[in-house]
Amino acid sequence: MNIARSHVLISIDAGTIMAGARGVQAELVEEIKKKGLSGEVAVLETGNLGVTGMGVVLVVYPEGFYYGNVTKEDIPEFVEEQLLKGRLVKRLLLTQAPKRFIIRREKMGLTKEQPRIVLKNCGFINPESIEEYIAAGGYEAASKALTAMTPEEVIGEVKRSALAGRGGAAFPTAAKWEFARKAPGEEKFIICNADEGEPGTFKDRLILEGDPHKLLEGMLIAGYAVGASKGFIYIRGEYALSIERTEKAIADARSYGLLGNTIFDKPFGFDIEVMKGAGAYVCGEETALIESLEGHRGHPRNKPPYPVVSGLWGKPTVVNNVETLANIAEIVRNGANWFKQYGTPKCAGTKVYTILGHVATPGLIETEMGTTLRDIIYDYGGGIGDGKQFKGALVGGAAGAFLGPDMLDVQMDFVNLKEYAAALGSGAILVMNQDTSMVDMLKSVLHFFKHESCGHCAPCRLGTARLVEIVDRIADSEAKADDVDRLLAIASVMKDTSFCPLGQSLYLPVSSCLKYFREEIAGS
Amino acid sequence: MDREAIVKGFEPQLHNILYILHELQDNNPRHFVAKEDIEACADYLKVPYSYVHGVATFYTMFSLTPRGRHIIRLCDSPPCHLMGSTTVLDYLRQKLGIDVGETTPDGAFTLELASCLGICGVAPAIMINDEMFGKLTPDRVDGILEERRKGV
Amino acid sequence: MNLDELKAIREKAKKDIQLRQKEARIKIVVGMGTSGIASGAREVLRSFVDEIAGRNLVDVMVTQTGEKGFASQEPMIEVLEEGKPGVIYGNMDAEKARKVVAEHIVKGNPVLEYVIETS
Repeated sequence: MNIARSHVLISIDAGTIMAGARGVQAELVEEIKKKGLSGEVAVLETGNLGVTGMGVVLVVYPEGFYYGNVTKEDIPEFVEEQLLKGRLVKRLLLTQAPKRFIIRREKMGLTKEQPRIVLKNCGFINPESIEEYIAAGGYEAASKALTAMTPEEVIGEVKRSALAGRGGAAFPTAAKWEFARKAPGEEKFIICNADEGEPGTFKDRLILEGDPHKLLEGMLIAGYAVGASKGFIYIRGEYALSIERTEKAIADARSYGLLGNTIFDKPFGFDIEVMKGAGAYVCGEETALIESLEGHRGHPRNKPPYPVVSGLWGKPTVVNNVETLANIAEIVRNGANWFKQYGTPKCAGTKVYTILGHVATPGLIETEMGTTLRDIIYDYGGGIGDGKQFKGALVGGAAGAFLGPDMLDVQMDFVNLKEYAAALGSGAILVMNQDTSMVDMLKSVLHFFKHESCGHCAPCRLGTARLVEIVDRIADSEAKADDVDRLLAIASVMKDTSFCPLGQSLYLPVSSCLKYFREEIAGS
Repeated sequence: MDREAIVKGFEPQLHNILYILHELQDNNPRHFVAKEDIEACADYLKVPYSYVHGVATFYTMFSLTPRGRHIIRLCDSPPCHLMGSTTVLDYLRQKLGIDVGETTPDGAFTLELASCLGICGVAPAIMINDEMFGKLTPDRVDGILEERRKGV
Repeated sequence: MNLDELKAIREKAKKDIQLRQKEARIKIVVGMGTSGIASGAREVLRSFVDEIAGRNLVDVMVTQTGEKGFASQEPMIEVLEEGKPGVIYGNMDAEKARKVVAEHIVKGNPVLEYVIETS
């Protein structure tokens, strides 16, 4: 069978015909033949593509690149670069993204559009209806992966997309899959980490509640790529609605034969089970989560061995975040190149952010990697409410970093923020206005850590208790002379000696808060 | 309440322990994990009592002391804190006449603190049993409590 | 499930949805994510259902969806009518829901003061 690897759609309507679309079309077909690509690339006529006033318009599928003002003279270069070598012809590229990924917020006084990959269906389809998901193109990617691609090809596509884990650590997803695929052992597992506990983060809940099949499809593809036959979704116990809807989605997928012993007539079986957590922040750490899943107290394990080698019940296990897995179907369906048109050269794709605190319209957005804090706060969050001034933001949840006004224009992605000793983390952005007491905020963060320290190792168990004592003294204006330095010293020791990321990560909020607001803290 | 029937609703495998404890607690008229619950779970899973006790005390959603019919869990993580959860907490304390960790004399409400509930966009927020409430003001809190009291 | 079956289901699902939409002149989609519910979406949904049943509006369908991400505007609802742009209302309550039925659904005049967006 001859399957075209890509399609070029050419818009043929009154406007484009006047701009010379017929001539471009003939030239395109001719050039494709000349380069010997006829079997691989198909040219299709289509009506208006939703772009007007841009001359002759071409769209390359599956990548979804829009080209405009294309002339006959451009065709040789277009075919050579885009179709043969897979490189973009930047000068002809339209910056407009396809309309279906766009959500407008103009009426809310907000002008920015959001490219939505992960949240494409959220808030539009009925999450309890598998039919609506399928009607919206659902499980197409899974069918493509299982019937037309080898597991290695699936991993290759994800690798080219440069997708990095969205839970906060930003580890390359394809690398995890590859390790687990190559690890010896018959039985392997895919675990979806939906123990979303980072304060200020609820992106995973939105997906679980609003589009659970998107996650199931991502897990199914991951299972096929890794060679796993069983998946678990560990959802925190507080997310009652997420658990209910995900369980319904699993039951529906089973009854449609999208989970089970043979899927798409392939000798590949995959099933998914929901695990309900019971309230422990530390279980968001992957080895603690595995311990909890096995039925133990959620204490983190020693690493190495990493879960990809020895995870759940000692078997190779991939642990991926909900948002990460929700990207998979779109990457497989549209291709890595399409995915890479979003984001920065170092960090591809979009990121879901929660914008909270003192902004006019708190909520959740999906936007490209590399968006600045200023754009997020002022264009998407509606600016600081009540005519107040920006004072600072806590980016990345409680384990994130405080940022001051001079960080407003820094491009935010996983790589870039690291250079500023900050982290994107889970994407939670808590905005504080001029009236906020930073001592109070730091106190809230430290109390959170004290409560959530699991008690497994001494540095974290004792360190958080001491930090809380100190910050309480500062808040009560009873600070000793060296208390501020002591905060940093303890956090620093915890960073070096704590057993797991919970204790280690606390250094970031403490050090960054002191970096920007030391005078205020010391002066209390 | 038949503890044996509850635990038998699950395969006797250790990884079901959280499900079993959730189910035992939900079915306990005082909404907590009693000594007998721990015993039933330990016997069924063939693990020591101390093991189940250790697991039950590790997770904040399980309580080892009796609680009221409606468990109010107020989020005091940084986002809710910034948006005034302390004011809501003070109001709840005064309105219910109890402190955190206590139960009203009529057994209707228990007040607890919780870490981020994940509805920060409508902070400050509380969770009562399985249901979440956001954009809280004293008026709204009054309405919610009243409805719960009536619903008993 | 195989490829052809998936295609068949997709086509059927699309048709079913169209059919339902044809039977229903207007579809009211209530945002039933946790943020919506926490802000009172259940009361809004109940109010719509009661009002539509009370007025015996047989060609109006009430359905649900997840969150769109604009927590501050919850509860949000969307009114979809064939051939017209969708209308999104925000900060709804039971009273506003009744007004939307009376003005928008029955008389065809969107209640502009509650509208936050058109799609």
